[in-house]
Amino acid sequence: MAAGRVGKHESRMAYLFISPAMFLFFVFMVVPVGMALFISFTNYDVLSRSDWIGLANYERLIGDYIFWVSFKNVLIFTVIYVPAIVILSCLIALLVNQKKPGMKFFRTMYYMPTVTSAVAASTVWLWLLNPEYGLVNELLSYIGIVGPAWLAQTNTALLSIVVITLWMTVGSNMIIYLAGLQGVPDHLYESAKIDGANKVQRFYYVTWPMLKPVTFFVSTMSIIMALQLFDQAYVLTQGGPANSTKTVVYHIYNMGFNQLQMGYASAQAFILAIVLVVFTFVNLKMNRDGANI
Amino acid sequence: MKQLNVVVNATHIPRLARKKVVTNLLFYSVCVLIAIMMTLPFIWSFLTSIRPDREIFQIPMQWIPSQLTIEHYREAFTLVPFGRFFYNSFVIALAGVCLNLLFGSLGGYAFAKLRFRGRTFLFRMLLMAMMIPPVVVFIPQYIVLVHVPLFGGNSILGTGGYGLLNSFWGVILPGASGTFAIFLMRQFFMSLPNDLMEAARIEGCGEFRIYWQLYLPLTKPALATLAIFTFQAGWNNFLWPLIILNDPNKATVQMGLQAFSYNRNTDFGPLMAASCAVMIPIVLIFIYLQKYFMQGIAFSGIKE
Repeated sequence: MAAGRVGKHESRMAYLFISPAMFLFFVFMVVPVGMALFISFTNYDVLSRSDWIGLANYERLIGDYIFWVSFKNVLIFTVIYVPAIVILSCLIALLVNQKKPGMKFFRTMYYMPTVTSAVAASTVWLWLLNPEYGLVNELLSYIGIVGPAWLAQTNTALLSIVVITLWMTVGSNMIIYLAGLQGVPDHLYESAKIDGANKVQRFYYVTWPMLKPVTFFVSTMSIIMALQLFDQAYVLTQGGPANSTKTVVYHIYNMGFNQLQMGYASAQAFILAIVLVVFTFVNLKMNRDGANI
Repeated sequence: MKQLNVVVNATHIPRLARKKVVTNLLFYSVCVLIAIMMTLPFIWSFLTSIRPDREIFQIPMQWIPSQLTIEHYREAFTLVPFGRFFYNSFVIALAGVCLNLLFGSLGGYAFAKLRFRGRTFLFRMLLMAMMIPPVVVFIPQYIVLVHVPLFGGNSILGTGGYGLLNSFWGVILPGASGTFAIFLMRQFFMSLPNDLMEAARIEGCGEFRIYWQLYLPLTKPALATLAIFTFQAGWNNFLWPLIILNDPNKATVQMGLQAFSYNRNTDFGPLMAASCAVMIPIVLIFIYLQKYFMQGIAFSGIKE
């Protein structure tokens, strides 16, 4: 049958079309995922050894002080950063969603930090947060405050990284919220208006529930990013002072690629992945329960 | 009575108008304040980069540079081979863009327009892979790259040498067919009608020509978005090149900037000059093509 021949030809071409992408996907995604767990049970070090050592890496992990400190750091980071990014990007999106002149200009301004790399942005902040000559402390001195050495003190270093990361990422999340806001049908606002709802009520009963999928997306992506924090910590503080900004990925990088203890680093990566899944799941639950619509 | 009414109205209307002015003023003040917070770091780093050294470390600080100098830029580019790093980053980012556009559109087209066995299954697998955190596959990907056969002194079995370590391909290939690329292109091809394809088939047009000459030109907006996204990701990428490229001559701009800031962390003039130089290409691209930037971001939010 002619149709059958066309169909066969079509599917053969389809396989040809997807083969480069699927080949790379297989080599750099499917195989690595399969390997990831296996390596964590070995003492693989690239150079010579690759023996099965059972749970030894995981046992060692329990006693690894720096691992747990870095875990605590990224958890604190996540718990502060994620709600803050959701609230800030939503508020700013509401602000620039107004039908007033000049909004496009402000959107562009707010989006600007997002396009620059974490390394360049961090380098700029290194200068802004300089204790003696930095702009931030200089501005604070105008209102009579003596600013601390932001990145050199254990009680402000992590918080500084949170704020810098918020500054870096709020623009793109604002755009996602804007897209969400534009998807809220006007008739909902109109019927709320007829029911006598004021602006705050309209936000609470119409906008926020309609934005649930967006909030879910933004918070999920932010959790995944936050738990894998690396660039900013590496450039701004090198994990210091006293490991107060050391992150899990930083520790994995050190163990795996500097000390070549790849088996042990894989075990850490695996634990981090499990925590990621748990966080994402909790986030899903929270968003499901909250969404009535 | 009538007169009173008029008086009431007369005071009422200006008060409403005044209220509107105050609201607008407040609204724009907030907008401007946020805009200052978002852009001041850039402005300040740029001002630092073009003013003489003595003004950088001056208390109280001075907003407007009294004198302009490009000395810091010259210094940054002679102290560190930034020209070389720019070239490296450019090659890596551009190769990433080309491969993603080609493989992403080919794959996306097949998943959207062609029927074949396993289509749903394979596509679901791609989607699931988007959820896997990169850190989990870093080490295995590294091991895979070390053992690529016949490269970097490796035998045909992939042993004995360094594989694709320390080569641009080691940075480019793992990201060369982003699942995001396939997904974005598929969504776009899906929105195009099938009649074109059917008509062309009746005319005896080959499948590849249908893709290349009929459908691909229609996806220019999606290709532009994807190109910008991939370029930005490639240009700004830091951790993966840091892992793969050990030869200082192969370093990317981000690696160069980090090393520079680590080694000369008090030379703020040259450091800010280097930062500005690293940021400027991407900011310029952004200003020219902002529409596509925003589309890409908005799309990534809608895909859920």
